[in-house]
Amino acid sequence: MDYTALLSFGPEGWGDDIASGVAVTVSLALATLPLGLALGFVVALGKRSAEPTLRLSANIFTTIFRGLPELLTLFLVYYGAQIAIQQVVKAAGGETYIEINAFAAGMVALGAVFSAYASEVFAAAFNAIPHGQYEGAHALGLSRRRTMRLVILPQLIRIALPGLSNLWLILLKETALVSIIGLSDILRQTGIASRTTGEAFLFYGTACLLYLVLALISSVALSAVERRVSASGAAR
Amino acid sequence: MSEPPSAIGAPGLPARGGAEVLPPPPPARGLTRARVTGIVLLGVWALVGIGTVLFLLASWNVELFTRYAPRYLSGLLVTVELVAISVLAGAVLSVPIALGRRSKSRIIGVLAYTYVYFFRGTPLLAQTFLVYYGLGSLRPELESVGLWWFFREAWYCAIFTFSLNTAAYQAEILRGAIESVGRGQWEAASALGLSRLQTVYKIIIPQAALVALRPYGNEIILMIKGSAIVAIITVYDLMGETRRAYSRTFDFQTYIWAALIYLGIVEMLRMTIDRIERRLTRHLRR
Repeated sequence: MDYTALLSFGPEGWGDDIASGVAVTVSLALATLPLGLALGFVVALGKRSAEPTLRLSANIFTTIFRGLPELLTLFLVYYGAQIAIQQVVKAAGGETYIEINAFAAGMVALGAVFSAYASEVFAAAFNAIPHGQYEGAHALGLSRRRTMRLVILPQLIRIALPGLSNLWLILLKETALVSIIGLSDILRQTGIASRTTGEAFLFYGTACLLYLVLALISSVALSAVERRVSASGAAR
Repeated sequence: MSEPPSAIGAPGLPARGGAEVLPPPPPARGLTRARVTGIVLLGVWALVGIGTVLFLLASWNVELFTRYAPRYLSGLLVTVELVAISVLAGAVLSVPIALGRRSKSRIIGVLAYTYVYFFRGTPLLAQTFLVYYGLGSLRPELESVGLWWFFREAWYCAIFTFSLNTAAYQAEILRGAIESVGRGQWEAASALGLSRLQTVYKIIIPQAALVALRPYGNEIILMIKGSAIVAIITVYDLMGETRRAYSRTFDFQTYIWAALIYLGIVEMLRMTIDRIERRLTRHLRR
């Protein structure tokens, strides 16, 4: 069978299956991003807090999620949550088998890892903002909340964007791990295709190319965003 | 706590002569909101920690431990071996790639860039599958060139893929570190009459090593964490042994132990790198 037929979108080809895998990969990454960014920002705030207990708890968070292999984090969330829910159900007197949604488990695990790294990026960006900015905002009589929103955040985003872009590209690649817990992403779909047809090199090669294309599109989009954000800021 | 923004020039404000500086506000005492949040969060972590310890104690099983502890140890050795071989092979491979990236020849530059882009732009898992299953499907061709014995083994495939992968990352680290050393250093060295080799060894490497240390350390940590995926292609590293133990016992503590071991190694490595960095940068500290 020739290769174009195998990759076509017809009933004989695997094109449509792989396309649905691309959709799953992209939507998982897109769904994880806001979760990771928000959590990462909060953890970064904790890290630079004057309160030692907050700093310590933020640091414990990053130590754990930067230290565990992503695959293990995924298994811990996937199997751990399953077992925990079953225990709760059993304690309540029920007897059911509950399966956690692989998409949700992937979102939680990848989001936690993403936020641990993102918090480092945010913390470094906070450090890059001179203290005079806070003093200036204070002198203008801005409240702490408005200082953050109007003075610090616009600069913070500009400084953190390259680091966050990098994390996005890493996240896009790490979504491949969810194929192991059964989510039909690019890698799982191409894996099924290669086992069925025996053309492993063709299909895994296609998977790699698809990830490259996604990375390429992301970097074009991200550099456009970076240009916009840096153009909107005053030259220093 | 917003103050009126018109403090400057407000009527009734006494003009201040000289540069009087207001002292910073005293740190808050007692239970601020941040402190309550911090204590609650620490409590949650403490609960997680105590819960883990209690869980491990409650599910303690001598038979399980004596049966699987040696396997975990051998799995750990496999992980360490895999990472050590791959990182060293990658370091050797990364030199020509980094030089290629800096090459004046356009073709070599594009080739090196493509290599780096491919290995950094695709998931390590997909690369591993491409080598292990993909090249495995090309068995007749590989047999005819006499390489089948190599690509037949999951272990060799893992080392092969990981070396190529980390070579791409290390090449970028190397290139960044070399480029971080200013041109003036090269020029000054040549003005002193040092040969190119002497310049590299005495001037460039000592300065570049300082820049490269942390990224290199991070790369080793990423490799240790990334190596967990070889369990999927039937290599029994620490993760592979864990998966095997879990599939036989359905005892969740198998994963907890693996998590503790991985956390321990990564933390130890991070502290070692911190210590080396402190030592190497002691001339920069004031």
